[in-house]
Amino acid sequence: MAFSKEEIAQRIAKEIKDGYYVNLGIGIPTLVANYIPKGINVVLQSENGLLGMGPFPFEGEEDADLINAGKQTITTLPGSSIFDSAMSFGMIRAQKVDLTILGAMEVSENGDIANWKIPGKMVKGMGGAMDLVASAKNIIVAMQHINKAGESKLLPKCTLPLTGVKCIKKIVTELAVLDILPEGGFKLLERAPGVSIEFIQQSTAGRLIVEGEIPEMRLD
Amino acid sequence: MINKVVSGAEEAIKDISDGVTIMLGGFGLCGIPENCINALVNKQVKNLTCISNNAGVDDFGIGLMLKQRQVKKMISSYVGENAEFERQLLSGELEVDLIPQGTLATRCLAAGYGMPAIFTPAGVGTEVAEGKEVRNFDGKDYLMEYAFDADFAIVKAWKGDTAGNLIFRSTSRNFNPVMAMAGKVTIAEVEELVEAGELDPDYIHTPGIYVHRIFQGKDYEKRIEQRTVRSKS
Repeated sequence: MAFSKEEIAQRIAKEIKDGYYVNLGIGIPTLVANYIPKGINVVLQSENGLLGMGPFPFEGEEDADLINAGKQTITTLPGSSIFDSAMSFGMIRAQKVDLTILGAMEVSENGDIANWKIPGKMVKGMGGAMDLVASAKNIIVAMQHINKAGESKLLPKCTLPLTGVKCIKKIVTELAVLDILPEGGFKLLERAPGVSIEFIQQSTAGRLIVEGEIPEMRLD
Repeated sequence: MINKVVSGAEEAIKDISDGVTIMLGGFGLCGIPENCINALVNKQVKNLTCISNNAGVDDFGIGLMLKQRQVKKMISSYVGENAEFERQLLSGELEVDLIPQGTLATRCLAAGYGMPAIFTPAGVGTEVAEGKEVRNFDGKDYLMEYAFDADFAIVKAWKGDTAGNLIFRSTSRNFNPVMAMAGKVTIAEVEELVEAGELDPDYIHTPGIYVHRIFQGKDYEKRIEQRTVRSKS
């Protein structure tokens, strides 16, 4: 069974370690906040200018001045801090943020990522994505392995305009956990429960590297 | 103390004319200068170049200026919530320069700090890098990006004093302080305007030297783009 979006988020959450400052992108990455392991201290950065993002406010307590990078109303926590947009990207560029989790439309086998533009169709802009992928020391991409038409989004080479080059090292999809090797290629680490290596192979247009036993993804 | 106070938005923007470049603070609809945007809409100035992280929504914020076709060129990082914007862009009516959010913020900062350019890795190897100088420092490539050159910066603060000192509230701070530093003329609208001396100098976010005109705004709507809540139960 392929993983749901929530399960992808849950699997990624296992990569978060005690003491991490983490930036979560829009979409599946936002869901990761719900699954941060109990008992560890993690600070969420929101690139519009907040460290220490808390949960959504209780109904009636929304504050128009307090939003996250997805423009959702949120709260602060004890120890939170607020700063301007230049400082926010300053701490990203200076690699003070330990882990960045973001979505993608396409990833290539050499670690390129495309997630901001479909020429002639969708022009929303890159927001902070280009800054994040160019500077982050540790990036995990949360994405669908195949699109609605059944086509692979893990490619030999991206077809859409790039967000960044050679910057992605780890991907979690509904089918698998994969590393992108420094020399290129998607190395299969884990597969979703009941999903065969053959199916992952068929669903990966880029070069898939399979070595030894591939365990099933576990969420606990 | 030099008094920076003007009567309101109309007076504050009186010399904003067709064809100028304006920075507008805010992130999404959070911390946008609502009073000045309304005054610009009423004044119907045209052919503006607007530097702002977002372009508002169809019926609020910069979206109101777009609807009236007052904007010739938009320099932004994310414009996803505005259907009219997307229509004008795809049809070629509106010139758009999409740039990384950190680059946008830091080009403001550079202007306010008197530095002509910055080097950033954001956009290296992408279409953002086309035509730009690339420099390698310590084995990593960086793009040279110029400081912005804006005729006016319009920002929104929570509190301000008659000397132009500003304090921002919560995440409505966002681009406002860096844009305040970057305008040749900076206009600040504030929710609460007080006499010089009433704000603690230790808590000022933007020193009054960067602010040329200040006024207390009115009727703030402070629209929420994505109202997300949890239930108490």
